[in-house]
Amino acid sequence: METRTLDVDVLVVGGGTAGPLAAIRAKEKDRNLRVLLLDKANVKRAGAIAEGMDSVNNAVIPGHATPEQYVREITIANDGIVNQATIHAYASRSHDMIRKLDGWGVKFEKDGNGDYAVKKVHHMGAYVLPMPEGYNVKKVIYRQIRKVGVEVSNRLTATRLLTGGGGRIAGALALDSRSGDFVVVRARAVILCTGAAGRLGLPASGYLFGTYENPTNAGDGYSMAYHAGAELSGLECFQINPLIKDYNGPACAYVTGPFGGYTVNAKGERFIKSDYWSGQMMLEFWRELESGNGPVFLKLDHLAPETVTRIENILHITERPTRGRFHEGRHTDYRSDLVEMHISEIGLCGGHSASGVWVDEHARTTVPGLYAAGDLCNVAHNYMLGAMVFGEIAGGDAVDFLDGQAHAAIDQDQVEAERKRLFAPLGREEGFTPAQVEYKLRRMVNDYLQPPKVTAKMEIGLRRFAEIREDLERIKATSPHELMRAIEVHAILDCAELAAHASLYRTESRWGLYHHYPEHPERNDAEWFTFVEVRKGADGRPVCFKRPVPPYLFPIDEQDRDAYNRLRIDAPAAA
Amino acid sequence: MPATIREVPNPSVRIDHGKCIADKGCRSCIDSCPLDILAFDEGDGKVKMAYDECWYCLPCEHDCPTKAVTVSIPYLLR
Ligand SMILES: Cc1cc2nc3c(=O)[nH]c(=O)nc-3n(C[C@H](O)[C@H](O)[C@H](O)COP(=O)(O)OP(=O)(O)OC[C@H]3O[C@@H](n4cnc5c(N)ncnc54)[C@H](O)[C@@H]3O)c2cc1C
Ligand code: SF4
Ligand code: SF4
Repeated sequence: METRTLDVDVLVVGGGTAGPLAAIRAKEKDRNLRVLLLDKANVKRAGAIAEGMDSVNNAVIPGHATPEQYVREITIANDGIVNQATIHAYASRSHDMIRKLDGWGVKFEKDGNGDYAVKKVHHMGAYVLPMPEGYNVKKVIYRQIRKVGVEVSNRLTATRLLTGGGGRIAGALALDSRSGDFVVVRARAVILCTGAAGRLGLPASGYLFGTYENPTNAGDGYSMAYHAGAELSGLECFQINPLIKDYNGPACAYVTGPFGGYTVNAKGERFIKSDYWSGQMMLEFWRELESGNGPVFLKLDHLAPETVTRIENILHITERPTRGRFHEGRHTDYRSDLVEMHISEIGLCGGHSASGVWVDEHARTTVPGLYAAGDLCNVAHNYMLGAMVFGEIAGGDAVDFLDGQAHAAIDQDQVEAERKRLFAPLGREEGFTPAQVEYKLRRMVNDYLQPPKVTAKMEIGLRRFAEIREDLERIKATSPHELMRAIEVHAILDCAELAAHASLYRTESRWGLYHHYPEHPERNDAEWFTFVEVRKGADGRPVCFKRPVPPYLFPIDEQDRDAYNRLRIDAPAAA
Repeated sequence: MPATIREVPNPSVRIDHGKCIADKGCRSCIDSCPLDILAFDEGDGKVKMAYDECWYCLPCEHDCPTKAVTVSIPYLLR
């Protein structure tokens, strides 16, 4: 077990979706720079898009939608709490990114005229672009990474960021989860692209790795940004998704909706007007499950057999290709059976909801030289294409930031403190396994943080989390792999505590189920039309505070403001 | 990595050792697994599921040149 030191100009942490685009952009902008892309997994097959995607959830394509319409839709879907400048930064580059990917060889659905075949799934506008042959997206991007000469390093789990004078970024520390080496990376700018906090709640199955998110994304980036002094935003706006029960993957409404599939209750009745994932839709979904009308199902059995075959050829081949195997095991056939749905464990994710590291429209965090992109940053409902666009923005801006900046000096105390924290579990004679502590922590997350949120429960939760923090000192690891799992538990615990603090701070209800707080049942714009931010205080404890919502670029009409709060179909509609 | 690998009981990822060409140096499935749960046992020359941490995502299967890998849905979810 050795210590290795690397010196680079731009370090990109996370080679999933946003990271590759950030690294490619930085290298393209200045070929003389050393750009390093590191990943806990293997960049070739890392991240949410490893097996492709079945649709672009938020394509803004001329003739179907304008950036302005999209910004308005997401503002309304996210109950007003957005920095429209960031949503607009995505929307105005969305079409160019699709054309770029198309040029690289990613396949999108087109109509007879060769135009992109955009579908309406959102409540108001049309933004979904199917990718029935989207399984090769990662391969295509990987080819570009190689082409422009980005350096790649796999099986490195970044665990802490280094900061220098004035709080400026100085690099990162990482564990090689194969060799057990400790890696010190000096960098002039760092771009964090480590995805969602996907191992926060425990899936109903109890299987630690049966998460909605790719479980490599344990929340490391949230924890690293927090400890480096960055501001985190919207951590009370949880990610909760409607998923195939037990399988815990998307069904997926964006694929089946345009073919005529929809969500029904046990009586076979429709109860929501739009299957687009929003907190408001999830609240109706949850209410239906809790009422005597559940379970909730995805209904496809009314469709023509050819249509079902087309759906299977997408759902069972791309994105989460084991869906077919799961259905086979349960003897579920879309042609004759309804698909039982459930709600996911809670998580933190900017790309699906709005919980992430605070960034502006240049992807800058509040730490000089530190950027965040993808699911980790707080740009609401940004999904795959938004991750790529924000990756590019970050890569470009980071190169400008470097201008005239030398490396910040490395603080050896930070390095040694991390070495001690990271490797301690290897030296213990006896102790808990990382999985034991993780299981207990995530079960407590379910018990105390899952909406409906309750003050007394969240306070008990914080006490349990404090006890588990003491248990961190009792985890034993026997290999570098287990060491990686042990250090992930630290990050999950940080995320759990920060999510509890932010949730307790916002004393209203907002975003449907995501922040459903019955003691404060109404949305209260007079006091809470604001972001809730959290950062590490001088005493090392989290501090919550308000950050005003910047003035809108595109004002919202009074009548549209609540459009997403009217998703329930009251009288049973004829199916 | 320890030289001998203890396979998890009832592994949900199985390798057909008749088809696997790890003896020729192939490590594709081990390299592509995002959770890094497959490992090569230097004792008996076999690739095994070393950790019960599978996302049933399939890169291991798709990248195997001899179709030796079969992923099942983990038992708790099945
Ligand atoms: C099952 C599923 C289906 C989806 N379907 C769609 C869809 O149809 N359409 C759509 O538009 N969007 C979809 N999304 C959302 C979209 O895929 C994500 O928003 C997007 O891919 C996120 O990109 P990212 O770069 O932030 O994260 P990822 O692509 O997940 O990349 C994060 C990377 O960080 C690495 N990493 C994590 N921690 C560390 C660490 N400590 N050190 C080093 N590396 C680390 C991980 O290994 C991973 O490679 C889906 C997401 C999921 C999970
Ligand atoms: S299915 Fe995915 S997580 Fe499981 S072994 Fe294969 S690559 Fe690894
Ligand atoms: S990819 Fe296939 S052939 Fe290669 S080591 Fe794995 S199982 Fe064996």
